[in-house]
Amino acid sequence: MSQSLDAYLVLSGILFAIGTFGFLARRNAISMLMSIELMLNAVNLAIVAFGAFIPKLATAGSVIALMVIAVAAAEATVGLAIVIAIYRNRKTPLVDEYDAMRR
Amino acid sequence: MTLAMLKPLLAATAEGGGTPTSGGMFDLLIPLIVALPLAGFLLTALIGRRLDRQAHWIPVGIVVVTWAISMLVVYAALTGQAPFGEHGYGVTLFDWIPAGSFNVEAGFFVDNLTACLLIVVTTIGMLVHIYSIGYMSHDPGYWRFFAYLNLFMFSMLLLVLANSWLVVFAGWELVGLSSYLLIGFWYRRRSAALASKKAFIVNRVGDVGFALGIMAIWVNTGPEHTLNIRDSIAQLVRQGDTNTIPLVIVALLIFAGAMGKSAQFPLHVWLPDAMEGPTPVSALIHAATMVNAGVYLVARSNPLFAAAPQALVVVAAIGIFTSILAASIAMTQTDIKRVLAYSTLSQLGYMFAALGAGAFTAAIFHLMTHGFFKGLLFLGSGSVIHAVHDEQDMRRMGGLARKIPHTYRTMLLGSLAIAGIPPLAGFFSKDEILGEAFKLGFTWVWIIGIVVAVMTAFYMFRLMGLTFWGDSRVDPHVEPKIHESPPVMTIPLWILAIPTVGLGAALALPLGDGRLLHWLEPVFEPAMVILHRTHEEYQLFGIDGALIGASVAVATIGMVAAWKLFGVNIAGLIRKRPEPETVRRLSARVPFLYRASLNKWWFDELNDLLFIRIGGRIAAAMWWFDREVIDGTVNGVGSATRLAGTRLSRVQTGRVQNYALGIALGLLVMAGSYLLLAGR
Repeated sequence: MSQSLDAYLVLSGILFAIGTFGFLARRNAISMLMSIELMLNAVNLAIVAFGAFIPKLATAGSVIALMVIAVAAAEATVGLAIVIAIYRNRKTPLVDEYDAMRR
Repeated sequence: MTLAMLKPLLAATAEGGGTPTSGGMFDLLIPLIVALPLAGFLLTALIGRRLDRQAHWIPVGIVVVTWAISMLVVYAALTGQAPFGEHGYGVTLFDWIPAGSFNVEAGFFVDNLTACLLIVVTTIGMLVHIYSIGYMSHDPGYWRFFAYLNLFMFSMLLLVLANSWLVVFAGWELVGLSSYLLIGFWYRRRSAALASKKAFIVNRVGDVGFALGIMAIWVNTGPEHTLNIRDSIAQLVRQGDTNTIPLVIVALLIFAGAMGKSAQFPLHVWLPDAMEGPTPVSALIHAATMVNAGVYLVARSNPLFAAAPQALVVVAAIGIFTSILAASIAMTQTDIKRVLAYSTLSQLGYMFAALGAGAFTAAIFHLMTHGFFKGLLFLGSGSVIHAVHDEQDMRRMGGLARKIPHTYRTMLLGSLAIAGIPPLAGFFSKDEILGEAFKLGFTWVWIIGIVVAVMTAFYMFRLMGLTFWGDSRVDPHVEPKIHESPPVMTIPLWILAIPTVGLGAALALPLGDGRLLHWLEPVFEPAMVILHRTHEEYQLFGIDGALIGASVAVATIGMVAAWKLFGVNIAGLIRKRPEPETVRRLSARVPFLYRASLNKWWFDELNDLLFIRIGGRIAAAMWWFDREVIDGTVNGVGSATRLAGTRLSRVQTGRVQNYALGIALGLLVMAGSYLLLAGR
């Protein structure tokens, strides 16, 4: 385990940036969901790192991380369900073809 | 105003408020007078079509019963029996408009004034119903006609009997409606449809005034008043100068309503056109009953008018002006019904002049006698029109006296009565109006009234001369078919001839102390007190005798002048051939007056200019303003919003990435600005 908090935060920032890029650049709904997971895990990594390095946050960091995992799981479930429903309807996973709301 | 002066007024209202709690059988009979014709109308309207030529049985039967009940009530009221007493008796039916502390009761009230009106309305109404059986016998709308007649009877009786201003107003509008329906009875004829519309609209003008008047009374009495007629008037008079709205304005607003219904200048234009309706209607509504409603209304509110003397002067001025205006027009009209219509206007003007002079009793007296003899004259003219096969132009009549003797004799009596020849009814009432006006200091009313009396006698005998005397000018094809009307029409004429001859003497004798004076004294006492009028001794050999002499003399002058020009032949005793050449020469000598009279002083043209042309332009300008500016603003707000929405909706691309980019950029901005601000 590295002794520097900075290293964890840099990794977390890189992961988050990759996730953001993926979310904005990919057209496939499944890929976008995966990008979101990546962003969430980046954040989780940062929280856990804070918890490990700052004694005051030791308990809180773990608890928040667990909460984020739970929320991420729920989000993934709902997101996948929606994607499947739309896929059945529109026969495509590409989000730029989901344009029924446009005039 | 001192308290002592108001004592009789207060006493009158206290007693009139219905001291007896129960009126015995009259609690039932008085509402029946109104309810029966309504039932007749509904029944006839529902099943009349199936009855076809038998449709008259229900309405005529009902009107006869109504008449009998009314006579019972009238007798009890005029003889002062319980529960009527001196100041009348009121029946409350139900709470019409209960709204918190404000409540309007639907109820009826009968005093001696109401009784006088009941005599006229029910008697003439009944005779006109019977007459119509003959007159309308070939009309395809037979049942409809009788249904409307019953509707009119209901409305008129409601108006006369009502206890509250609002109920009076309801009756007021209902008579207007039935008048409209009956004028436009032959609605396929364009002129009839237009005339009914005209009558309706002109009446509305007056009704606005009346409605405002009622509102003004309500403002003055306070919001919790029941709008009972006599109570509210008594309260208004008691409040005197402390009223929120001055009494003069209230009185003039009420008078505006009266002007519309009684066709006084400048709202007189509808009545002559109303002659487009069937003749029985003209007799009933436009001569004997409905047009009297205005006179009744002013007489009913007599303390109010007495407390506002300026308003009384206006009433007198408009009345006497209408009187001479209409008389001048009647002198040249050639349509027999139009002559009578203008004559009605003129006589109504007399009544208002009398009201304005404060001679309330004289006005009601003339209302009663005029109702009978003008009803007779109209029904007679209907019989004439019937005889010459729907010809109304007197230039195509003449020499009818021998061919339709019953009509001729009764109409002669009517003409003598309206001309004011003693001892017929019109003489007494007209003389009382003129004499009272003179004695009460309204000399100008008297002078104009005397001129009108000459003109009245003249135009009536011009009508008689053109119609009944001289040579026949009837269409040769119609000439052999001229026939007297059936008994169902002539009998009502003869019945009407009885009051035409005798009613004046019956009510006015002995002079200065007549029956009518006693009947109406309690009704008009408050006004007399306010106006400081005292009962004067009647001087047959003094001023009163001289005034009688003057009015009889002028009536004779007018009559003889007409005889000279248009001929006469009364039972072979007085005989004179008509001189159409002289008539032409005389009218050519005053070309302006002649044309003015013939064209009714161009009032229709004036109204056309004022309201159709100028008023139309103003209305068009207002419409433009409404359409372009007001509607433009409202629509502008709408279309601007829609346009903005259309343009802004481009932002919503529907692409998830765009939204996500928005979120990311937003986060970046927020985080960046936090770092920038926190970094300081």
